[in-house]
Amino acid sequence: MKRKWNWPIWVGFVLVLAGLFSYAFFAQFPITRDFPWANLLLFGIGALLLLVGLFQAFGRPRLYRGKIFGSIFTAITFVLFSFFTYEIFYVLRQVPPSVGAPRVGQKAPEFTLPDQNEKPVALADLLSPSKAVALIFYRGFW
Amino acid sequence: MGISVDPSEINRRQSQKLRYTFPLLSDPKAEVIRRYDVLHPGAGPKGADIARPAEFLIDSNGIVRWVNLTENIAVRARPEQVLNAFDQIAPAGQ
Repeated sequence: MKRKWNWPIWVGFVLVLAGLFSYAFFAQFPITRDFPWANLLLFGIGALLLLVGLFQAFGRPRLYRGKIFGSIFTAITFVLFSFFTYEIFYVLRQVPPSVGAPRVGQKAPEFTLPDQNEKPVALADLLSPSKAVALIFYRGFW
Repeated sequence: MGISVDPSEINRRQSQKLRYTFPLLSDPKAEVIRRYDVLHPGAGPKGADIARPAEFLIDSNGIVRWVNLTENIAVRARPEQVLNAFDQIAPAGQ
């Protein structure tokens, strides 16, 4: 008898891959970037389907295929999920403490730097005409 | 305004692309970034030193009035947080 295609294994694995690779997309929006719940949801549903598929493959092997692929996909899922959680919950939090950064009430260190048109801009130039200046240090576009 | 280690060339392109109306300053040697102690050593491409995300609000007297130092690179100050901080120091709505 021809055994049935074990679709939860494949759909589950595709969702796991989507959970990892959609990070660049979801990172564009603060609501899905501050905490990556959308990615974790995809990982979760994917893992659940993989589990269902594994139960079918190993529980009813005469009815369902997928023992080999199910095992391979589950192993890969473990590796990808470990990588994802390590990056999100460990690497992204390795920010220097910046204990020497200017504090509220202190004078902001003066500086002059070239702007996008290579024109020098001093902090003092911006302070006089406007009420306040927001200084945004960022990692850069790369 | 923004400050990063990116050269002016990249800042010009980004500024035009995103239609920024504020300056993007270039600090390739991270001198000002170091002065503000917001250097993230080796965190850039090929282990380059870059700035960590950090936001400061400075009033017209040059005094720091608000600081946001994230503990997670993915979590940045949201625009409304910064606007709120502006409102706090200039309640007249300037």
